[in-house]
Amino acid sequence: MLFTATLPLLLMQQAPAENVDWDAEFGVEEVARDPETGEIPVEPYEQSNANAGATPFDGEAMAAHFGGREGIRRIADRFTDLSFSDPRVAGIFAGHDEVRFRRTIFEQFCYILNAGCDYTGRDMRSSHSGLGSRKADLNAIVENLQQAMREEDVPFAAQNRFLAKLAPMSRDIVER
Amino acid sequence: MIKTIWPPAPAVATLALALIPAPLAAQDTTSTAEEPARAEGFAEYNAKLLLTNAVSTIDGASGGGISNWATIAGRQESRGIGVQAHVTAVLLPDYFYQSHGVALGIADRVELSYARQNFDTQDVGAALGIGQGYVLNQDVFGAKVRLLGDLVYGDPLVPQVSLGVQYKHNLDGAVAAAVGAADDDGVDVTLSATKLFLSHSLLVNAAARLTKANQNGLLGFGSVADDDYSLQFEGAVAYQFSRRFVIGGEFRSKPDNLGLGEDDWFDLFAAYAPTDNITLTAAYADLGSIATFTGQRGAFLQAQVAF
Repeated sequence: MLFTATLPLLLMQQAPAENVDWDAEFGVEEVARDPETGEIPVEPYEQSNANAGATPFDGEAMAAHFGGREGIRRIADRFTDLSFSDPRVAGIFAGHDEVRFRRTIFEQFCYILNAGCDYTGRDMRSSHSGLGSRKADLNAIVENLQQAMREEDVPFAAQNRFLAKLAPMSRDIVER
Repeated sequence: MIKTIWPPAPAVATLALALIPAPLAAQDTTSTAEEPARAEGFAEYNAKLLLTNAVSTIDGASGGGISNWATIAGRQESRGIGVQAHVTAVLLPDYFYQSHGVALGIADRVELSYARQNFDTQDVGAALGIGQGYVLNQDVFGAKVRLLGDLVYGDPLVPQVSLGVQYKHNLDGAVAAAVGAADDDGVDVTLSATKLFLSHSLLVNAAARLTKANQNGLLGFGSVADDDYSLQFEGAVAYQFSRRFVIGGEFRSKPDNLGLGEDDWFDLFAAYAPTDNITLTAAYADLGSIATFTGQRGAFLQAQVAF
């Protein structure tokens, strides 16, 4: 009944002009990617290797298991591809800058595996804040990382040693 | 100029929504909100890392074959519901043991389990005068709650800790009474701590059990002479060779209330997950002396399906 009453209201309204800039109307700002890096700029923060959330391994054995820097690069790339296309965690990765993620996750892996990189990303708590991650999501990306490592023939014990560095980060990542 | 258009400008749409009768408006909002909610819900199912729901103990709880672990049955994570079902057979020189059961996991927090145990005494039945091939039966109802910690994540030195309780109902009270047991019902209380030490690919479990059970309850509970609870220990160590394959060993101490020389249990096991939902376990189990028949060593086989 009320619906019928409102119908004339709906039908008798003024059409908006043809050339309205709706983004401007609603205050949507277009984000421009950095022309050099291709990344979307982020709020400034203090850069430190401590942001990586884990201490690096001693020695070069772990880096060797991962195929050195090149192997780590391929694993980080594959992990990025798998995770950004994974329907299980699509909601979490949807709003993410894939270019920046690909770079910082490589830096983090490379730093922790002691393959001679510095980590320039944000710390684990602030980089995962507000994503609403659950343990189920964490399991999904662990599986993606395991697949990426397996495809590079990283021995299973070495995979687990690396995961042991990452697992305690759940305290900063899992929010619900 | 007045034109009729659809959709209307956002402001009018909001006004219209506000004026539309409540049920209609509600229907409209849920139809858009439901899709992601349903997708989110599914993410909690089949979500555990492979093998972290463990296998089923002979008393139906999630754990190793003979020792109780702090793990929760089912492949659900913190917001889902999971289930696992198993069939177990133990082939011993003088006996044949078979059990099957189901366990429900809720939010990786609470586990409710049921197992039916059937213990075929074969020739021993005749020797003991209870009848050739007499089968002892028992129902076990269990509940377990995860108190703290995480099997895989979090502080690497803080294990997952769970408290469990099991009500065992022996269906052959006459036999239990004949061998001197005080009761044919009993309650076990377990406290278990389990951690996967990823840096060593090693899972370690330790559990304490308050129990009166004789041979797990199949020979009743307590005895006329000794009807007190005793504190027993259960342990397990397992090495992860791959996501799908684990080899380990277990220990479980047991009381000897009946004075029949009841022994502690040991096993060496291998567990393999051919798919995400199936776990096959094979073990060599040493169950020692059972009802004075010593040297009960043999194969433990289990098939488990979990979601």
